[in-house]
Amino acid sequence: MARFIALRLLHTILILFGVSIVAFGLIHLIPGNPLDILLPPEAPKEVVERLKVEFGFDKPLYIQYLAWLGRVLQGNLGTSVFTGLRVTGELLSALGNTFVLAIPAALLGFSLGTTLGTLAAFNHGRLLDKLFSVIAILGISMPHYWLGIALVIVFAVLYPVLPAAGMGGGGGIPTNWDEARHLILPVITLSMIPMGVIGRIVRSTVLEILSQEFPTALRAKGLRHRRMVWHVLKNAAPPALAVMGLQLGFLLGGSILVETVFNWPGSGQFMNLAIFRRDIPVLQGTVLVLAGFFVIINLLVDILQALIDPRIRR
Amino acid sequence: MADVSTLQPIILPDTSAGAEPRSYWSTVGERLAHDRITLAVGAVLLCVILLAIFAPWAATHDPLQGSVMRRLKPIGTPGFFLGTDETGRDIWSRLVYGGRLSLICGVTPVALATLIGGTLGLVAGIGGRVVNMAIMRVVDVFYAFPSVLLAIAICGVIGAGIGNTILSLMVVFTPPIVRVTESLTAQVKNRDFVEAARASAAPLHAIISHQILPNVLGGMLVYATSLVGIGIILSAGLSFLGLGVTPPNPEWGLMLNALRQAIFVNPIVAALPGVAIVITSLCFNLLSDGLRSAMDIKLPS
Amino acid sequence: MNVPPSSDDRGGAAQPLLIVRDLKKHFPAKGSFWSLSRDTVQAVDGVSFSVAKGQTVGVVGESGCGKSTTARLLLHLIEPDAGEVIFDGEGVGAPGGIGVRELRLQMQMVFQDSYSSLNPRATIADIIAFGPRTAKKVPSKQAHDRAGGLLEQVGLQPSLFARRYPHELSGGQRQRINIARALALEPRLLILDEAVSALDKSVEAQILNLLADLRRDLGLTYLFISHDLNVVRHVSDRVVVMYLGRIVEAGDVGGIFRRPSHPYTQALLRAMPSMDPDRRTEASLLTGDPPNPINPPSGCRFRTRCAFAEEVCARVPPALQDIAGGHQVACHMMVPGSGHSRAGTICAGHD
Repeated sequence: MARFIALRLLHTILILFGVSIVAFGLIHLIPGNPLDILLPPEAPKEVVERLKVEFGFDKPLYIQYLAWLGRVLQGNLGTSVFTGLRVTGELLSALGNTFVLAIPAALLGFSLGTTLGTLAAFNHGRLLDKLFSVIAILGISMPHYWLGIALVIVFAVLYPVLPAAGMGGGGGIPTNWDEARHLILPVITLSMIPMGVIGRIVRSTVLEILSQEFPTALRAKGLRHRRMVWHVLKNAAPPALAVMGLQLGFLLGGSILVETVFNWPGSGQFMNLAIFRRDIPVLQGTVLVLAGFFVIINLLVDILQALIDPRIRR
Repeated sequence: MADVSTLQPIILPDTSAGAEPRSYWSTVGERLAHDRITLAVGAVLLCVILLAIFAPWAATHDPLQGSVMRRLKPIGTPGFFLGTDETGRDIWSRLVYGGRLSLICGVTPVALATLIGGTLGLVAGIGGRVVNMAIMRVVDVFYAFPSVLLAIAICGVIGAGIGNTILSLMVVFTPPIVRVTESLTAQVKNRDFVEAARASAAPLHAIISHQILPNVLGGMLVYATSLVGIGIILSAGLSFLGLGVTPPNPEWGLMLNALRQAIFVNPIVAALPGVAIVITSLCFNLLSDGLRSAMDIKLPS
Repeated sequence: MNVPPSSDDRGGAAQPLLIVRDLKKHFPAKGSFWSLSRDTVQAVDGVSFSVAKGQTVGVVGESGCGKSTTARLLLHLIEPDAGEVIFDGEGVGAPGGIGVRELRLQMQMVFQDSYSSLNPRATIADIIAFGPRTAKKVPSKQAHDRAGGLLEQVGLQPSLFARRYPHELSGGQRQRINIARALALEPRLLILDEAVSALDKSVEAQILNLLADLRRDLGLTYLFISHDLNVVRHVSDRVVVMYLGRIVEAGDVGGIFRRPSHPYTQALLRAMPSMDPDRRTEASLLTGDPPNPINPPSGCRFRTRCAFAEEVCARVPPALQDIAGGHQVACHMMVPGSGHSRAGTICAGHD
């Protein structure tokens, strides 16, 4: 087990390196000189030259990369070209706001998905199962941002019950009911796709397990229904966990769309602004951090999977 | 052991198989033909595609022509039966033309990614350990990015426009296809008939084209079809953010964004482009599911 | 066994068609790529035997003894770690000898019937024609005609079967296809790897008879691998007994079955259910647990289950020795002066 963790850790570090290279390389995908993006076109030539040296653009690519990497590892993600503020600070607070959305959405989506998926599998072929299949496939065929708009239309325009946008407060974890109200619509919106995906996976995995012989054997042993369900779920857990890990990544990355709809000041909107302002350091930093989170989450999911299912430890 | 060579049994084919030999694909086709849901879905999809192809005839107005005086007319307005958008353009016509863009942005990246990713996956599956590791580790790095994030980052960097959207989505879709293809190839490679083919001194390219590829294509097709649905949603999402197709093109995601302001005035109209996206994407997802269950034939003993 | 002289008979009638010397293959045990220890599965560890032209040599042993691995090593489907394969006097892969490709044109394998032994996406005719078309560049029409002829030879009507798909056939029919496919390249030696093991008994009998007829009509040589002693006894001229990657006994079928000398062979034969009501099931000669193929016992690998194991058995691996006219045994008890207390006192066949 320890060896497994060590190997996965090594693998993760290598991946993180790759990710950093891609994040760093983004800026060089832009047609044109990176410096032109950072400075207005009328800047005098000496300023351009000076900044070139200061940023290190005159040095070969790999040195630039290493220098950038060095700064990143010290926590310095650069400075925003637009606001002049340090990226790290702003990103972290924006990320915090995203987590306020993503975590409840994940909890809601995963628990709903697992429950519905299990129920559907145990009621295979009956109305409940078919109903669930319809909901699940609608869930994944729908652009979730559209669902957000639809929810806003229904609950904020037609029947004004909930706020249409914003965090309703200073940001961070809601401290009162009004701020919490602002959470409801975005969280529901964001949880739709994970619910659909997890639900389908759980349903198909549980179906597969049920079609094997051992649940019947368990029943024959006289095991109570609830205990058998627990056994089945334990076996269904590994693939479901893997997908949950992936969905967390989706939540982090896909939140940008929901945040745009609801005007939520999270990392998604942060990145959106960076793109439109061509604020490259912010973009690089955000991509790096979000992807990095995703990688680490997947590492944790892998370890969790291996803890539950000894076969995975190889 | 008794000598039974005096017995001369008549060798007949399995009578349950019927008179005509049936290939695997014709069996799949037969199963599909009996799957009513998939047939219905296929019909709807066909309608969508036909509408998109024959847009100039299906549309009632010029999708780019608007008039400030008829802004945001509701559904059922004579002449504009689905209403008008925020600059007075007919929504039905824009939806129909938008179908072209959405289908292109959904299908093209998947097709390209299948070509590139499929080849890479095959190579990774067949090649030795080193080749496999090299390809799969690079794929892992790209997998480390959530797809939405990657699509947005790439488009954010290289700019908007339909070409860039296709490029960006192609990059997003290639790694999963490589993974699926590699996994399928590795499974097929270990089956006995491939070993038998190797034992018959056949050259590698013949083994790949005759033994491996035909057994891998089915799985790839199912996966690719499911990706088209995602592609449509993603490309609409990119346009929604202003990173995909540029205005004034009638792309569904773009329309969704533009009509957001209208939700307070004419909410139903504002939701229409989303309905189009859902229908199309749903059709592709259901089609993929239908294909998968049609291909999952439990072979008789 | 009068084998009609074939045009590609290079070595002459006296030259064994196949000689295997000291074949070895060790697989790294799962996970050992990363681990520091060098765990290996010693699947095949120094196997040597020969097959004369027109003969059928049976290879028996329990699961995991290395018989199937040996078959694959012969065809170079798996690369051997050491050892030689000599086909009709020419070394395979050796300078001046024949290449693997040429070897495969003369030596083919019939696989155990399973769903995965035939390409589910190809017609029967395609499957049989595949080898000649791709390896010998035979034109498609010709290859398909030949496939039809082969189908007839294995007892299936081409008009009924040529355009069918594997999933439409029964086990026995699929096995006939396997045989036809192997014969398509006109080989001289056929390796039959558990070729009848998955079939019902009645079908098995038909296939064995087919194989006997084909051997006679086409002048083939067979290497018949099986775990079923009854079948091996029925078809073989010579028998080789394997245990944990090594040969423990080899000889004429009569000698092996009537005068088994190695304790393992004796145990195997005793374990065969008998039709004779006077022979009740007797107590097994085997003691101990089946050992781990990853770390096989030192010296004689059978010693942990042998009732007669002694100290010398753990120290010195017994070599395959000729004890009487072509009958070979790898056991210290059979060799006078080996250090075993019963060496020299036992005549072949007594226990």
